[in-house]
Amino acid sequence: MRDQTRSTLDKLSIDHIVKRFGPSVAVDDVSLSIPTGELVCLLGPSGCGKSTVLRMVAGFEMPSAGRIAIDGEDVGTLPPNRRPTGMVFQGHALWSHMTVAQNIAFGLKLRHLPRATVNQKVAEVLELVGLKGFEHRHPGQLSGGQQQRVAIARCVVLEPKILLMDEPFSALDAHLRVRLREEVRTIQRRLGLTTVFVTHDQEEALTLADRIVVMNAGRIEQIGTPDSIYGRPGTRFVAGFIGTMNMIETRVQGGAARLGPIAIAVDAPEGPVTLAVRPEDFSLVEVGSAGSVAGVVERIIDLGAFRMADIRIDAGLVLKAQIGKGRRIAVGDTLALRPEHLILFGADGTARPAAIPIAA
Amino acid sequence: MSAILRKMVHELPGALITLLLVGFIVLPIAGVFLWAFAEVWRYPSILPTQWGFRFWGMMLGRADVWEAFRTSLLLSVIVTGLSAIICLPAAYAFARLEFPGKSLLLLSFLTIQAFPKFGLYIAIATIFFSLGLVGTFTGVVVVQLVNTLLLMIWIPVGAFQNVDIRLEEAARDVGAGPIRTFVSVTLPQAGPAIAAALLLTFVGTFYETEGAFLIGAPNIRTMPVLMISLINNQIVVQYGAVLSVLLWVPSFIALLFARKILNARTIAGGVGA
Repeated sequence: MRDQTRSTLDKLSIDHIVKRFGPSVAVDDVSLSIPTGELVCLLGPSGCGKSTVLRMVAGFEMPSAGRIAIDGEDVGTLPPNRRPTGMVFQGHALWSHMTVAQNIAFGLKLRHLPRATVNQKVAEVLELVGLKGFEHRHPGQLSGGQQQRVAIARCVVLEPKILLMDEPFSALDAHLRVRLREEVRTIQRRLGLTTVFVTHDQEEALTLADRIVVMNAGRIEQIGTPDSIYGRPGTRFVAGFIGTMNMIETRVQGGAARLGPIAIAVDAPEGPVTLAVRPEDFSLVEVGSAGSVAGVVERIIDLGAFRMADIRIDAGLVLKAQIGKGRRIAVGDTLALRPEHLILFGADGTARPAAIPIAA
Repeated sequence: MSAILRKMVHELPGALITLLLVGFIVLPIAGVFLWAFAEVWRYPSILPTQWGFRFWGMMLGRADVWEAFRTSLLLSVIVTGLSAIICLPAAYAFARLEFPGKSLLLLSFLTIQAFPKFGLYIAIATIFFSLGLVGTFTGVVVVQLVNTLLLMIWIPVGAFQNVDIRLEEAARDVGAGPIRTFVSVTLPQAGPAIAAALLLTFVGTFYETEGAFLIGAPNIRTMPVLMISLINNQIVVQYGAVLSVLLWVPSFIALLFARKILNARTIAGGVGA
């Protein structure tokens, strides 16, 4: 009976939390529910409040309003040392005066576990993060990646109900970041850890998360799977923030928005709107084809797997289009692009229904 | 030729500095050491004409010397310990918390230091007199504590500010309370600077003379106070010299100890990582 009620509860539920620092509002009415075992990324530009949300869950900041519950229990007034959360900090935050083993054992010793248990758990978790044999090193003798692995081990060994990660890899180089990201994902899956991961790196969020929470200016812009965030951005901000997006400013007149010669039927009042098209959503067609817009290639960037071309449509509009390797193009060529998929954002910045081009 | 000349010009400032250091630091110290082991040393001779331990025997044979040595050691240990207990948490508060009047309070410790010491001691002595603290060990401890405030607040404040706050947060996060975090993470992280402050406090208390003299005399006699009375009674250079060398021993040991701590930390390679 009790188990049943528990399983229906979310592991972590954040309910209308607000955080004010003096007159400024860092987090503005954020609500979020995370079921057991899910990895959620809080993604947003710096200063968007994502770290503050994380720090409120950890207990380092107290919400000005709202409620945070773990396993259905309000943790609002608990200090960080009495919350069942574990945090991996930006820049590892290892205790340099302790060895690797001492760093990991510190939390276990605070729980008054027998010495043998502590040693066994330390050995197990070091094996898990691939640092067997590093017990007696000091953090200063490890590489950046190894230090961050120890920091993860220090958290994971305590079996937290919620694992919190605050831009843990932002100080590492790109290759290492990708590797550690994959390792974290593996460990998180294996242990079934409910995880909140803060990052400003959209690639990190897209590859890592079950769900992404895009934040801006203290508010949640959109919550969704990486696929839906990328493919169906709900707001103008999300469309511009995630991936590369052509943002075309235009107007609605007579129930249609115009992109060059293309008229797009929209359900929006007259006035300014933004059309958003991904570079990969353009197909190259014969110049003069129906539903296409023509322009001159201004610049070509070879990105290895494909090329990105800047195509000037008119004085005020340059579109980025992804061009396959098979197609021969050169600067100065005239190309016609047909948008296969587009999103329209009204004056308030939210997505509105729009039909793919109806007339030339 | 000119190359040699240039070399000389280059080395001249270094040589001059060495000469000055020798003249002002090494020679007087050497003089004290020589006097401590000299039995006869008259004007024209550069070195003592008769060496020996006669004055050492005389000094070490005196009960009051040993008594003073014990008093000084005990005083320094107690004052350093009390100062640490009082000042380190205060320094932590100064480093981490925001409260009204913070900078003014911090400055006030400097003001104490800038105040002419002797005047301050006399003022304190009059207060202590009415409290019955003059001539007591407690009184001397308290007056020495006043002395240690500046050092034991200012140096640790800087040290604590240099400790990354995330290290403390990480400790809180794994389950340590505020006190445990301070003892297990903050203190060791700020260790070298705090060790230096403790050492300076210990040595400073060991050698402090005016306060100990004004408050403690005649019942409580520390080594420096004893030295004054010995020299006042009869000017025998060797007395002063032997006592100086004796006094030098504990601080030298303390310094060696400090070096060992600092080196061990450097080798650990973890500083500032």
